[in-house]
Amino acid sequence: MNQLLERFEAVRLPDAAQALRHEIRHFLSTELPPNPIDQQARSWMGFNAEFSQKLASRGWVGVTLPRAYGGAEMDAFGRYVLVEELLMAGAPVSAHWIADRQSAPLIHKFGSEAQRRFYLPRICHAQAFFCIGMSEPDAGSDLASVGSRAKRRPDGGWTLTGRKIWTTHAHLCHYMIALVRTSGTSQHRHEGLSQFIVDLSLPGITIRPILDLAGDSHFSEVFFDDVELHEDALIGKEGEGWRQVTAELAFERSGPERIYSSIVLLDAWIQALRNNGDDMHTQTLGRLITHLAALRGLSLSVTARLAKGESPTVEAALVKDLGTTFEQEIPTLVNALIFSDPGRQLPAALVRTCAYLCQISPTFSLRGGTREVLRGVIARGLGLR
Amino acid sequence: MFRDAFEAFLTRHCPRAKVRQLESGTSVATLWQLLVESGFLEIMASEARGGAHQDLAETLPLLYTLGAHTVPLPVGEAIILRALPTELLLDPARLPTLAPALTREPSGDLLAPRVPHGMIADDVVAEYDGEYWLLDAGQADRLALGLHNDTSADLRWPLAQIANATRAKVEAPVGHHLHTWSAALYAALLAGALTRCMELTLQYSETRVQFGKSISKFQAIQHQLAVMAEHVAAARMAATYAFASGEHTPREIPAALAKARASEAVTVVAPIAHAVHGAIGITAEYDLSLITHRLHAWRITHGSELYWNHLIGRACLQGGFERAGDFIRAMVAE
Repeated sequence: MNQLLERFEAVRLPDAAQALRHEIRHFLSTELPPNPIDQQARSWMGFNAEFSQKLASRGWVGVTLPRAYGGAEMDAFGRYVLVEELLMAGAPVSAHWIADRQSAPLIHKFGSEAQRRFYLPRICHAQAFFCIGMSEPDAGSDLASVGSRAKRRPDGGWTLTGRKIWTTHAHLCHYMIALVRTSGTSQHRHEGLSQFIVDLSLPGITIRPILDLAGDSHFSEVFFDDVELHEDALIGKEGEGWRQVTAELAFERSGPERIYSSIVLLDAWIQALRNNGDDMHTQTLGRLITHLAALRGLSLSVTARLAKGESPTVEAALVKDLGTTFEQEIPTLVNALIFSDPGRQLPAALVRTCAYLCQISPTFSLRGGTREVLRGVIARGLGLR
Repeated sequence: MFRDAFEAFLTRHCPRAKVRQLESGTSVATLWQLLVESGFLEIMASEARGGAHQDLAETLPLLYTLGAHTVPLPVGEAIILRALPTELLLDPARLPTLAPALTREPSGDLLAPRVPHGMIADDVVAEYDGEYWLLDAGQADRLALGLHNDTSADLRWPLAQIANATRAKVEAPVGHHLHTWSAALYAALLAGALTRCMELTLQYSETRVQFGKSISKFQAIQHQLAVMAEHVAAARMAATYAFASGEHTPREIPAALAKARASEAVTVVAPIAHAVHGAIGITAEYDLSLITHRLHAWRITHGSELYWNHLIGRACLQGGFERAGDFIRAMVAE
């Protein structure tokens, strides 16, 4: 028996998480901005600070953090339900998204007490929005090639030069957590990398939004021109950046956001099918439900391990690769079916949603670790590397 | 605990060589006798009937083992039938099977098409018109499908024989179709065989040397094995929905999800297994053929993934659910 397979177990959501679902639905029924479905389909690309602040006022930003820092001390299951409901509703979560799921846990785990006290309450109140500065023009999947560099100044602070690219909503965020080199060269691979919290309002920072193929500008390029960082911009230990980055991968690779990117289309299609759908439509719908059910089970299984404080990186990679495959299949299959009859009347918003997802869905298996990188991780977990 | 004991039992009494003999037509009587005496067939039966009364989740590992060993006997069917109402099983020594369907021909004959184990079964249990029927297979005209190493058959009871061949009829419990049991069983067998298929393929990739290194070191192979692991994991997860903890009867939609997902996984996993093995995997002598033979057979037994996906899609649309996620959460107890 292969151990990897045995580590996936059926999990039941705890009662507290179930109860939370009703609360969230009630909140969304009144507070969700009325967007057409093609805007809803942008979900975790949709930036709406006002909505994020409404969520925060309910205590639903930074939910897993301790109460002392403004969090809700919710477990991984509660967070799972929250994210699941937000994504199924197509809520615009991008403003607080990265801070909530990546930056805050990182600061909580590796930051100093002063950093925690400064940043975490602001994140929980949706007053501090974060982006992640990982990729560079010459460092995509090969993150060890990062060339941006921070040099220690005599006064203890740091001077940052270089540039980051594909940074989600950098032009709308307050802070970036940047992975940069503090010693050595790319020859030293994962050694000599460090993480900094960069205040994006500092002098010497230029942000250029990049227009995407669907007409949106969610990502951007960020230039650092001798940016002077205070000594306490360093997060964690100097030279430990790589280990800090990879310690959290299981969180970002196994959750609902790796399953639900096309869910708005699937649900809109179900509504359209209720009136007229032949056997082929019904079979395809059944197949997508079958896949979603299995995926959700796998994803919850990883969540249970996270709730126990484990870091199931390989299992998370497996869920993400399978999950993003599912997310990409939805627009492909639904597109083929709803346009199988050229004479059929269709709601324009449904057509726009299909077109948008067909174009943008390749990003689902790029962001957060490409398909090729993930399959390498799985192969290592199988003992092949 | 049952799983380990069953694994030991099958390793001893039904090793690969024995599977090959049985598949090529050797009498199953001795092995069946051993199985009946072993008590494993009573794992789900109530304590009143001398069973271990294990729930579905407790039974699943045993069925995985059964699938991994590709035992060519209706062991799973026997286990299930011992958990159904008493009237449906006359004699524990007889080989039972489940018919995917039972239809009345215009002539009045009863036809059960593509019955697994149809050539060797003594009893057939089928659902007809809201009832579970127990039919004597010995009184049917059996038409073997003629598949290589497979005892599936069309069974026909001529009108004149039906009264005599019908041993029992019981009203089906409301909402409990026999096909739910069949789907759950074959989903579990598939998940077990898919797991074994992956193990064989991983082992082979590590021992086979080409271009001076084991082929498991090639990225192209590694990525295929990663995909294989994904689909096996999904099939196993879906199977756990059909075999819920604390329950003794599977529910229809979870069983349908399980059968559909496991059946579809065959279409990904079996081709990768053969691609990695190369020509040796195609030989009768090498064990992979035993596994992929059953994978393809079980994928279509009691309906392919299209049948079960259609049932699921229809249930979602007719159930008035606004979202796929709501439907799933309502169907699989979470």
